[in-house]
Amino acid sequence: MESLILVLVGVLVAVATYLILSKQLLRVILGTAVLSHAAHLLILTMGGLKKGDVPLLGESEGPYTDALPQALILTAIVISFAVTAFVLVLGYRAYKTNGSGNFDEMRGTPDE
Amino acid sequence: MNNFLLLPIIIPFFFGMILMFGQKNLKYQRTFSLLGIGIALISAISLLIKVKNDGIQKVTFGNWPVPFGITMVSDMVSVLLVTTTLLIAFFVVWYGFGSITKERERFFYYPGIMFILTGVNGAFTTGDIFNLFVFFEVLLMASYLLIVLGGEKGQLKGSIKYILINVISSALFVITVAFLYSVVGTLNMADIAVKIAEVNQPGIVTVIAVLFLMVFGLKAAIFPLYFWLPTSYASAPIPVLTLFGALLTKVGIYAITRTYTLFFVHDLSYTHDLLMALAIATIIAGCIGALAYFDIKLIIIYNIVIAVGVILFGVSQMNEASLKGAMFYLVHDMLIKAALFMLIGIIIYITGTSDLRKMGGLMKKYPTLGWFYLIAAFGLAGIPPLSGFVGKLLIAQGGFEAGSMWSSIFILASSLLVLLSVIRIFLYAFWGEEKATTGTVDKKIYKTLFVPTVLLVLITVAYGVGAEWITPFMDDAAKLLYDPSIYIDAVMKED
Repeated sequence: MESLILVLVGVLVAVATYLILSKQLLRVILGTAVLSHAAHLLILTMGGLKKGDVPLLGESEGPYTDALPQALILTAIVISFAVTAFVLVLGYRAYKTNGSGNFDEMRGTPDE
Repeated sequence: MNNFLLLPIIIPFFFGMILMFGQKNLKYQRTFSLLGIGIALISAISLLIKVKNDGIQKVTFGNWPVPFGITMVSDMVSVLLVTTTLLIAFFVVWYGFGSITKERERFFYYPGIMFILTGVNGAFTTGDIFNLFVFFEVLLMASYLLIVLGGEKGQLKGSIKYILINVISSALFVITVAFLYSVVGTLNMADIAVKIAEVNQPGIVTVIAVLFLMVFGLKAAIFPLYFWLPTSYASAPIPVLTLFGALLTKVGIYAITRTYTLFFVHDLSYTHDLLMALAIATIIAGCIGALAYFDIKLIIIYNIVIAVGVILFGVSQMNEASLKGAMFYLVHDMLIKAALFMLIGIIIYITGTSDLRKMGGLMKKYPTLGWFYLIAAFGLAGIPPLSGFVGKLLIAQGGFEAGSMWSSIFILASSLLVLLSVIRIFLYAFWGEEKATTGTVDKKIYKTLFVPTVLLVLITVAYGVGAEWITPFMDDAAKLLYDPSIYIDAVMKED
């Protein structure tokens, strides 16, 4: 099971890399979103995908799945939400100010 | 009281929250931000004295036993950096009164600074690798706000690059933590060190070490991961640039130092040789940049890159002299970079340009500014009584002891290029004929800019001249970095 998910993570990272290297700002932002998906899936996988019950004490006798990676993912998800929201608004502002969402127009030092 | 070590983190956070209210009232914003940093600085200094007298301080949240809760650890390394951070922030905020525009001040500039301080101090103090990631995000989010605040065209360009590169490096950080967790099964730094020592660093741990070097190297701007730094930093307003240049890359350096002296100490021939090669390449890249430009902001920004290389070279040698030198140089560099950015901010304010070719002859009207700039420049290059000397001396000594003779000689030689790059500013801006300037100089504003700058330059001079009083603190820090068991024992022992 782990190998399958790891291949999926690999595909996600490859897609993210491809998108991040493109010229359109929106594609780059999509790329970072895909990259964070890959990272979150990887934490879950690296915690181990052994069969176990949901980590709720009242529900069963156990054994439970590892609860720590789930807490880490939850933290990482809200952080990447916040950052993505910020970057999207920033992209919108840059589009309005520069009149384009293309990275070719954003080269060079500010004073050149 | 054991929670004492949290004060330098909680106080800026608290003041950041109350500064979110009353955003239009500038008097309130200014007094309370200075007050907050002042109180935090006092608590940091008393913590420094406490750590010096009683050894490492730690607290685990919620009274959980050590590897299970989040531990905050204040050892000599982190408390020195926390104190320096707050000291610099105090002067930068003061300097900002004359430099930052009123519109920016009204839109959460001060809360931004408070939250960046929370993040930086938290990152220096935490003893948990995932908590380090969270504090990184706290300081990065605040820095995104500060770099883009104002929304000028150049700022938007610079900040998009800055933010994207940091989003990617954060994702890499999460990935690296996932790998580390799957190998050692713990997140507490001391516990990770114990577990890695138990399995004696197999190949996979070395891979994780290199991944960590990539993640933190992106934050610290080492070669070949420094490319984003010059253009994005140059777009920020001067006080923000000062704060970034003095603090943010240093958090990356601290994280590399911590991981490479605590976790990955069992296969030095690979990881630390790689670190040394990258450090030297970083210095070369920085020197080329510092000499190539006529823009004074970019010259000092490339000097950050050079200093990153010098400090990491000290870390890579892994003996007591070089680690002590690295600590000395790290604190020196935070202070001197802040002072230099503030000085060039004044020059830009007077001349209205950051192009060296358009300025000249400032010495006639502003002699004190000129001489203080010269002192700061000599301090940066490491001329003996000033602050950069002891650190570089110890780093070179450590390099010779560890047998890397040619690279140590190279470190010493690079000081000449550093000196040349900053003296070029002095020659162009202060000597020569006076040129027509576009800047308008208001006596009152000039004074607000000048006083904190001069005080900070004097502190760097005192740091160099009073090296004898600072040495005991640095000795403790170097011992701690050299021998990870001190840190591990202090954290793992039962209260």
